[in-house]
Amino acid sequence: MAPPGDHRRYWRANLRYLAILLTIWFAVSFGCGILFVEPLNQYRIGGAELGFWFAQQGSIYAFVVLIFVYVYLMNRLDAEFGVGE
Amino acid sequence: MASVNSRFTPENLETLMDVQTWTYLIVGATFLLYIGIAVWARAGSTTEFYVAGGGVHPIANGMATAADWMSAASFISMAGIISFAGYDGAVYLMGWTGGYVLLALLLAPYLRKFGKFTVPDFIGDRYYSNVARTVAVLCAIIVSFTYVAGQMRGVGLVFSRFLEVEINTGVYIGTVVVFFYAIMGGMKGITYTQVAQYCVLIFAYMVPAIFISLQMTDNIIPQLGFIADVNDGSGTALLDKLDQLHAELGFAEYTDGSKSMIDVFAITLALMAGTAGLPHVIVRFFTVPRVKDARISAGWALLFIAVLYTTAPAIAAFARTNLITTISDRPYTELPGWFSKWEETALVAWVDKNEDGRLQYAPGEAFMGGVDQQRADGARVPGPYGQALLNNAPTDNANEVYIDRDIMVLANPEIAGLPAWIIALVAAGGLAAALSTAAGLLLVISTAVSRDLMRKQIRPDMSEAEELWWARGGAAAAVIVAAYFGVNPPGFVAATVALAFGLAAASFFPAIVLGIFDKRMNRSGAISGMVVGIVLMFGYMAVYRLGWFVDAVPDAEHWWFGISPEGFGSVAMVVNLVVALVVSRLTAPPPEEVQDMVEVIRIPRGAGGASMH
Repeated sequence: MAPPGDHRRYWRANLRYLAILLTIWFAVSFGCGILFVEPLNQYRIGGAELGFWFAQQGSIYAFVVLIFVYVYLMNRLDAEFGVGE
Repeated sequence: MASVNSRFTPENLETLMDVQTWTYLIVGATFLLYIGIAVWARAGSTTEFYVAGGGVHPIANGMATAADWMSAASFISMAGIISFAGYDGAVYLMGWTGGYVLLALLLAPYLRKFGKFTVPDFIGDRYYSNVARTVAVLCAIIVSFTYVAGQMRGVGLVFSRFLEVEINTGVYIGTVVVFFYAIMGGMKGITYTQVAQYCVLIFAYMVPAIFISLQMTDNIIPQLGFIADVNDGSGTALLDKLDQLHAELGFAEYTDGSKSMIDVFAITLALMAGTAGLPHVIVRFFTVPRVKDARISAGWALLFIAVLYTTAPAIAAFARTNLITTISDRPYTELPGWFSKWEETALVAWVDKNEDGRLQYAPGEAFMGGVDQQRADGARVPGPYGQALLNNAPTDNANEVYIDRDIMVLANPEIAGLPAWIIALVAAGGLAAALSTAAGLLLVISTAVSRDLMRKQIRPDMSEAEELWWARGGAAAAVIVAAYFGVNPPGFVAATVALAFGLAAASFFPAIVLGIFDKRMNRSGAISGMVVGIVLMFGYMAVYRLGWFVDAVPDAEHWWFGISPEGFGSVAMVVNLVVALVVSRLTAPPPEEVQDMVEVIRIPRGAGGASMH
């Protein structure tokens, strides 16, 4: 069992990852897909307007990538602090 | 079993028989497979029954979660809804996938470390309160029943359309199958059956999509076909062509929505938080061996879900384009055969308002009320062109055509002229989607009865064998009630599905997240937050969707902040959070051992198997 100070630092690092990843999560869906859909629609990806594409395709791809990045970061963090199983 | 149906005219008898034979073959084979797996993986202990022994591989668990999550609505209805809603359909696409990010980052690893079987378990222990546990049990049961009734109905619909049996007979057949493997196998049987069901449903969804993408854009991947040019030599992008077609007929642009931005925002948020708070989804993450497996399981689940969810908008755009170019301004007598075939099921209809024999397709309802075909001696009365005549009073707009959204996926292979075995495959896929979701929900209900009520509150001293019987009994009772609702669907089903998400978002989601991330959160704070959230959600839904306590259902302009009842869960969730935080800071902190428990679930080491105590 690691000392309590380590646990606190582990938890802080975890929270920092969460803050970064959830900011991206918000940006790709609520940001690109909803709030800024109009300005983004001036650009195109293939035959689709960019804002529309984010709302119906891009945000979903980003979600999948986000979870796998989170898994990678946390596995690394677990190993660093010796709290993995 | 087959009912007499006037659809069997001599000229199409041969092809229809072919589709039916294929459907019996494929659906029969998949049912045998599911039952075989259930027998092989039957549960011998409560741990196996509740969480499959906690030893499921993350990829298998991801597939099972995906099948559990994707219901008859995802498989049959979603592409159709998007097809008619255009950009606004994004609320479902983002809402029902983005929730998995919240689940993976904020809930799954910690709940797995906590190591019990159910969401009410967590709420009850974390908030050291049987009141909180009971509120959670009730929410879990309400949410799950709402859902499961819809699934049984979905099973009935697929049976009736593809196997020509009565909808109710279809419900009974589905009930028997679910009954058999949910009760026998518990979570273990369900998990492995769902892996098979995922494979069936995704194959059934992708094959027609790939064929149609090839037909329209020469692209083998539907997601790329979606953003490609149509292959008619014009060099126009598919979505631009669709926007042009919409403009010509007077519809709003496909790539523009008609909902307000704040409502789109609120609905998306409510669906995301609701997804992350749904008990039958959360419980899946108790079935893997370690905390790191819970994290990666959520990733696999979302990947498997994303395959279908990124294909759906492509199908929606293909189907919409195909539909408009096929029917608009075309003489009825020159329509392809699928139109009259689906006319038989009353899912499409045409009223020749200007009596020119052609279909005019435009915005607005073509006639008043639901399709009501004229019948004499049980057979429909043909009009001058052979169309089904209606009793409905026509509206005074230009639109003459009614198309049910649900046929966009079911009729897609026929519209594209694909072979009979693919049409049969779609039936098997729809059934797989409905059955897998129903089974997962039944398990939540049976667990709520046997564990959260009997073991924890009424008979703590019963043996494991007894508890297992309570679990099976609970599942049996639930499946019978579900079949009843499938046969006699309550009129408010659509409203209650939105309510299920709203409730999960307004109750479970904040309570669980605060339980993990706010050590200072206590019993008073969590309970008052949940109660205020639920009451607010119920009240808003009752007034603004069902019209209770008021003379008539209020118009959209009276919505608070312009937010629809579907999106109101996000408001109730925020209120829950604020109330919980304020009340908890004004009352005594939670006991020492609860604070220690929060410390422990934050660290992955030592998760062990899901434990009994």
